[in-house]
Amino acid sequence: MRADLEIIEQWFQPSSRVLDLGCGDGELLAHLRDTKQVAGLGLEIDHDNITACIARGINVIEKNIDEGLATIEDNSFDTVVMTQALQVMHRPDLIVEEMLRIGKEGVVTFPNFAHWRARFYLAMRGRMPVSKFLPYGWYDTPNIHFCTFKDFEQLCIDRGIRIIERTVVDYAHRERWSNKLWPNMLGEIAIYHITR
Amino acid sequence: MPETLPPDSVGLVEPQVYHFDEPLQLCSGRQIKQYDLIVETYGKLNADASNAVLICHALSGHQHAAGYLSMDDKKPGWWDSAIGPGKPIDTNRFFVVSLNNLGGCHGSTGPISINPDTEQPYGPDFPVVTVRDWVNSQARLADRLSIQCWAAIVGGSLGGMQAMQWAIDYPDRVKHALVIASAPRLTAQNIAFNEVARQAITKDPQFNNGRYYLNNQVPKTGLALARMVGHITYLSDDGMREKFGREMSTGKLSFDFNTQFEVESYLQYQGERFSTSFDANTYLLMTKALDYFDPAAEYDHDLAKALSKAECNFLVVSFTTDWRFSPERSREITDALITARKNVSYAEIDSDHGHDAFLIPSPRYMDIFSAYMNRVAEVISDES
Repeated sequence: MRADLEIIEQWFQPSSRVLDLGCGDGELLAHLRDTKQVAGLGLEIDHDNITACIARGINVIEKNIDEGLATIEDNSFDTVVMTQALQVMHRPDLIVEEMLRIGKEGVVTFPNFAHWRARFYLAMRGRMPVSKFLPYGWYDTPNIHFCTFKDFEQLCIDRGIRIIERTVVDYAHRERWSNKLWPNMLGEIAIYHITR
Repeated sequence: MPETLPPDSVGLVEPQVYHFDEPLQLCSGRQIKQYDLIVETYGKLNADASNAVLICHALSGHQHAAGYLSMDDKKPGWWDSAIGPGKPIDTNRFFVVSLNNLGGCHGSTGPISINPDTEQPYGPDFPVVTVRDWVNSQARLADRLSIQCWAAIVGGSLGGMQAMQWAIDYPDRVKHALVIASAPRLTAQNIAFNEVARQAITKDPQFNNGRYYLNNQVPKTGLALARMVGHITYLSDDGMREKFGREMSTGKLSFDFNTQFEVESYLQYQGERFSTSFDANTYLLMTKALDYFDPAAEYDHDLAKALSKAECNFLVVSFTTDWRFSPERSREITDALITARKNVSYAEIDSDHGHDAFLIPSPRYMDIFSAYMNRVAEVISDES
């Protein structure tokens, strides 16, 4: 399983209801179903991913999350999770609000744009950072709303969102002491467990 | 005519008629004292009868869903693209049951059948039947076939409505419902199209209040018109543009009212062909069943409440250019199922083929259909 999924796994309760926004091929939901009897539902837009979910028996709805989640009732899920997709949303702030309207808790992971490598790239080359993990040019990237740890935490403060737990990893998904010491500079992926 | 049968065909098939003596109580308050259902089956029922799949047909459908009736048969059954060895509904794994619904004109009891009370064809005296009545008659058929629980019930359009009704009325008798290009109820616009079709039929001078069998002067003009209207609504604007454009069979404008555009002759051909192979009274009945379907009505018009009775898993599929049973209607079903906390997956397939797309085997549609049915089959074999 993808390493960031291994880290967040502990935050899901057995037999709980989980909504996965941008569920990909259903890997997380299948794992939670098989190990914790979690009742999952995924929203996804990629055709191959949707077929993959159906093939492994994961409930998946073809839906563009940017069109809104208004048809999903308040508090109808225990946890709403969104991994590595916040930065592609048109309005990440509204999505985070929606996550905590629909679920009691939220789990969010996103690439930290304040990582030293990105800073170094921009400072030295004067161009938008391109890397193995974020390989797109500025003009064709699906990642339209990059943010940093600090930005996300400021959003949480502004919207009255409580951070239950936070962790940071590098792209190899190692939790290093240095990441924790100076997350905004040294953490590559931000992982947040949030609630109201 | 197939010289040899394709390897992914169910092959030569033969319908079988099941007679039912016990009266069937209908939603209208009326009864059918006795009736026949004509049925085709494909594949083999397994030892614990856990691999049965019911196919529910749409407005003009019937029991002949797959395979060929003879080696002289020009075309296979209406859903041959989805039913057969290696196809989404894989007859190597499933026992498939396909029937003609009550009120039909392909061998099940309907308006053209002889009314035992009068020894004349029922004609307009055949009771108006609903989707729920069909489901009740299908449940009796399941009993007869020793099928306690369907592995899956599959239907497009009006067939999808039957799958939903099964899920609500017989929650312990269906494991999966596949609701394709369907709707939780018809919109006013949709009922309006049905009414135009019915008016075309009943206003045909040969309709004779539905008693047209005796002198054998059937209301062909009206039925053809009804079909033409229907057919337009089953295609998409893009699809028609691509297929016909403004092509003219005459080559140039003739400044009269004869058939000139290709689309005109196509529609006339379709209407004509249909009017010689379908019964007008059945058409009236089937459109009424469509109009009346509204499972939420008895649950405070709350579809989620209606569907909360269901125990099965759902696959809902719609097609982008289908405006008669639009993706919005399928999303209503999906949203209600999510609210009702049911297991549901939903896919919206890109297609130019309008409502007809549910009968056309486009790659993504077939992939999703296969992936879902494969999962159904795997769970059956795990449990056996």
